[in-house]
Amino acid sequence: MYEIVAFYLFSVLTIGLFLVTVMSENVLYAMTSLAAGMVLISGFFFILGADFLGVVQLIVYVGAIMALYSFAMMFFDATRDMKEKNTNSLLVFALGGLSALVLVLMFTGPIYSEHIQALYPMHPDAGNAQDVGMVLFTKYLVPFEVAAVMLLVAMIAGIILAGKKMDESLTEDTSIDDEIMIIPEDEVIIVKDKK
Amino acid sequence: MIGLSHYLIVSAIIFSIGLIGVLRRRNLLMLFFATEVMLNAANIAFAAISHAYNDLTGQMFAFFIIAIAASEVAVGLGILIVLYKKYGSLNLDDLAKMKG
Repeated sequence: MYEIVAFYLFSVLTIGLFLVTVMSENVLYAMTSLAAGMVLISGFFFILGADFLGVVQLIVYVGAIMALYSFAMMFFDATRDMKEKNTNSLLVFALGGLSALVLVLMFTGPIYSEHIQALYPMHPDAGNAQDVGMVLFTKYLVPFEVAAVMLLVAMIAGIILAGKKMDESLTEDTSIDDEIMIIPEDEVIIVKDKK
Repeated sequence: MIGLSHYLIVSAIIFSIGLIGVLRRRNLLMLFFATEVMLNAANIAFAAISHAYNDLTGQMFAFFIIAIAASEVAVGLGILIVLYKKYGSLNLDDLAKMKG
């Protein structure tokens, strides 16, 4: 009973919030609803017994990624509503629905086969965090280290990309002063007709 | 009772919402948001299948997806800032250089 109520509450709220994210004109509304949707998705993980994954979702997505987005928002003009020329929405919705159907078929295909066996079964006596740690640091040690190197590379790339020319303002065009041309009075300007 | 298919259907709905966002939006920042939505849908599906089969592999993949999403956002936002400095806009129609 508890699981049913939680599942339907979380799913309705998540879908609604993500619809706001996708459809909203305002960047701030989209970002806020995306953050709220991430929190509710961690609720899904807690229902499913993946406690550690839920905590990681809260820390990484809601804590780190959303903070990164909100810092990046300071570079862009976030208060202005976006005027976008959207593509033909009927075609887009048809394509999205079709690919969702393909996705459902993809998911249901291997599930109902009989040959799936648990590769690393969970231990009910140990907690989820202990289980995850045991598998992550034995079977998945190499991908873990590669992911660590990838995060380091991404951090360096982000710093280099965003930190270049940090002293120049983005909104005020300061370079416009340098581009004023001073033409002497007696110089004849020849304008060629371009045909 | 809530079974595996319930979670997979919710995941597919959220994924299609993200896909519609990727196809529909013209602002690069909103494209990033839609990508995050799609990654989260995949995470829900992985956690649900992991729960259904009593197997930890799905959760492991979800961890690596989260790591990839974090690095993607770090690099992508850097690129967005460089683009905004260069062109003053994040609209894809303004950024389109290769007109056929």
